[in-house]
Amino acid sequence: MNSLNNDTALQENSDVETSIIEKNSILRINDLNVYAGNHHILKNVNLEIPKNKITVLLGPSGCGKTTLLKCINKLTDLYKELDVSGHIFIEDDDILNTSKNIPSIRQKMGLLSQRPYPLPVSISKNVAYGIKLKGVRDKKLIEYNVEKHLKEVGLWEEVKNRLNSPATSLSIGQQQRLCLARGLAVKPRIILADEPTSALDPISSKIIENLFKHLKTHYTIILVTHVLRQAIRIADNVVFMDDGEIIEQGNPNELFKNPKTVKLKEYLVDGN
Amino acid sequence: MNRRKVIEENIFRFLSGFATYSLIAVLAFIIIIIFIKGFNALSLDMITKTPSGGYYYGGEGGVLNAIVGSLYIALGATLISIFIGMPAALYLNVHLIRKKRIQNTIRYFLDTLWGIPSIVYGAFGFILMLYLGMNASLIAGIITVALLITPIMVRTFDEVLSTIPKGLHEASLALGSTNAETAFKVMFKQGFSGFITAVLLAFGRGIGDAASVLFTAGYTDLIPINLDEPAATLPLAIFFQLGSPIPEVRERAFAAAAILTIIILIISLAARFISKSYSRSNLK
Amino acid sequence: MFFKRILFDKIMGAWMVIALVTILLLPFIIGVGLYLKSAPLFQHQDIWHLIGTSEWLPHEGKFGFWPFIAGSIYVTLIAFIFAAPVCLLSAIYLTQFSSPKLMRVMHPVIDILAGLPSVIYGVWGILVIVPFVSNILAPAFNTTSSGYTIFAGGIVLAVMCVPYILNMLIEVFNTVPIGLKEASLSLGATFWESVKHVVIKKSYPGIISAFGLGVAKAFGETIAVMMVVGNMVQTKFNPFEGGYPLPALIANNYGEMLSIPLYDSALMFAALLLFVIILLINLVFRYFIYKTRER
Repeated sequence: MNSLNNDTALQENSDVETSIIEKNSILRINDLNVYAGNHHILKNVNLEIPKNKITVLLGPSGCGKTTLLKCINKLTDLYKELDVSGHIFIEDDDILNTSKNIPSIRQKMGLLSQRPYPLPVSISKNVAYGIKLKGVRDKKLIEYNVEKHLKEVGLWEEVKNRLNSPATSLSIGQQQRLCLARGLAVKPRIILADEPTSALDPISSKIIENLFKHLKTHYTIILVTHVLRQAIRIADNVVFMDDGEIIEQGNPNELFKNPKTVKLKEYLVDGN
Repeated sequence: MNRRKVIEENIFRFLSGFATYSLIAVLAFIIIIIFIKGFNALSLDMITKTPSGGYYYGGEGGVLNAIVGSLYIALGATLISIFIGMPAALYLNVHLIRKKRIQNTIRYFLDTLWGIPSIVYGAFGFILMLYLGMNASLIAGIITVALLITPIMVRTFDEVLSTIPKGLHEASLALGSTNAETAFKVMFKQGFSGFITAVLLAFGRGIGDAASVLFTAGYTDLIPINLDEPAATLPLAIFFQLGSPIPEVRERAFAAAAILTIIILIISLAARFISKSYSRSNLK
Repeated sequence: MFFKRILFDKIMGAWMVIALVTILLLPFIIGVGLYLKSAPLFQHQDIWHLIGTSEWLPHEGKFGFWPFIAGSIYVTLIAFIFAAPVCLLSAIYLTQFSSPKLMRVMHPVIDILAGLPSVIYGVWGILVIVPFVSNILAPAFNTTSSGYTIFAGGIVLAVMCVPYILNMLIEVFNTVPIGLKEASLSLGATFWESVKHVVIKKSYPGIISAFGLGVAKAFGETIAVMMVVGNMVQTKFNPFEGGYPLPALIANNYGEMLSIPLYDSALMFAALLLFVIILLINLVFRYFIYKTRER
């Protein structure tokens, strides 16, 4: 399936390359289609993600926003029933059609899931996991990075005395921050967050949201949420989806005050 | 480093696939060998006649005594196991539905019972026989095998019942049913195909097990008429004939093995088929 | 009308409780029964003497059970060495690498392997494994062997444990949430690295329990092993010689049980030993599973 697109991909690659340099986008999605059997989950999605901003994918359940997120770092490989076609350019690499090593492209992005998924190892080993995958062996360097990223998410003080205890001994809010630190340790450019606060209490949620606001200076954040208020709180750029298509996108203030489409208007009314 | 990772992945992919397909091959191999060896000596006589006087010297006859004996024992034991096991499983899932800890403890015990080897049941059955003054007979065999297969029955039925959503139970009670009515009229109906699967599995075990009937059912060339007569069983027929110095008798052991294998194949596939069609209808 | 329903409820309820209680009392009754029957043996010798010595001369009243316990351990060990890696690899393939179609084929395969009677495995063992050991394997190791050996017993046992171990491993691997694999992949691991560091690692307790259960099943297997293991009373671990596992002892000698004094108690004690050993293995491993499932 991938090889069929190669010829056209080469052509489009050069076209798109120039536009990436021109615009300030770090991620570009072209003609993305996802099928599960006959069910058309994502329909001809075209999207650009601006650098160093929080882009929120918003929409009702089932609109395809999580699937879209999972396409970006090709996690759709895990779901054999999904048929994915199109182009997704992360900087210069089309992750859907490249012959390059996929795991290394994935390291340009970090994932934060709906529920925290700590690896079955200690706290420090969790954070060190991605670093070690890159081949780093130097213990001091690893320890330095573990401390640095745990500080980045504000966990260091809370766990510095028990770095070797299992990650599952942390509270859920702490686990989620640990997963964030773990993702940041591979030095990604983009953070993909799939409803990261939906399993957390309000205080932990606030901590994560504030973290994102700080992190956007160094990272680009793509956040999926179905909570309108969360989008209002932190989004710089909103992409509203419904039924597999992008309905409206743009500045949150404009979008929410002056929705152009019926679907968005209805969604805002329901959300309030 | 990349290449090393790819090589390692490919090695394990190959080894694990090889392991899987080998298992399928081994099963096929076992069945094919039994059938090849067995069909040579298999004749209508084997299934329809009991051993004649000279059977064990290569003479006429068949293993009808063993086939019928096994069927009697398996049927009797299965009936007893239904009588005891079915209400126990229902009770576990209906009356005890709020008491999770007790449920878990009981299931723990059931699992342990399931793990007791059949020779231990056989030895115990023997003790029971002596204690009750029974001879090696059909009834002794039935009781012993019943002890063996009841845990299987309960465990399988219970596993299915535990997947029935609690809501059904609550709805039934809310409509004014008693616990017993909920158990027998609602849960039992809902878990019916699980029940059938459990019965089939228990029956299959009962017909194929040798260690439990070794001491307790005796052996005979006749078809038992009374409960206190000894009974022959297929597994023992195979076992004994295999040890004979006469080649014709040994061949017949293979034929009996083929018969037993066919019976088990039918039961296993039927049980799997029923539980599959159960899950399909449940999803609707 | 109402009264009838109450009556139905009461009677049925009583039936159900009695049935459940009976089933739960079974292990105790069996244990006690076996103990009582083996009690005469303890009057002359203490338990450790019985378990630890190797002289087996029933006519002289000498009952050393160690050769039989050793025999059981040896065949179970061989069975485990072969069955465990095969099941582990296969479970990984079925849950991580292959398509769901293969899993659908595997289910009936596992069912049938589990359902085949012991005696059928024994027949296969005699037809295939025994000649293999005596004609191919023994010469390859520069020894001679009749084929009726500990090794043959171990191989037959290995195939018999596979369905139980494999079934449980598949269940265990499928319990690992897919989000964990996603997390590992996102961090830059390859698919196989994710399987190694996440799926397998997370499943350690379950894997060990599955192995434990397989071992327990193997320990108690009677007929199949008996048909190929040679039934020689000795204590050496030589795969190319015969052995005599505990269940085989009981099954082979039940005929002479009542003719020699104390022989019946001895065999009942063997059954009790088996009962207790397997109960212990089961209790320990099952406890392990429940503990990890709660987490």
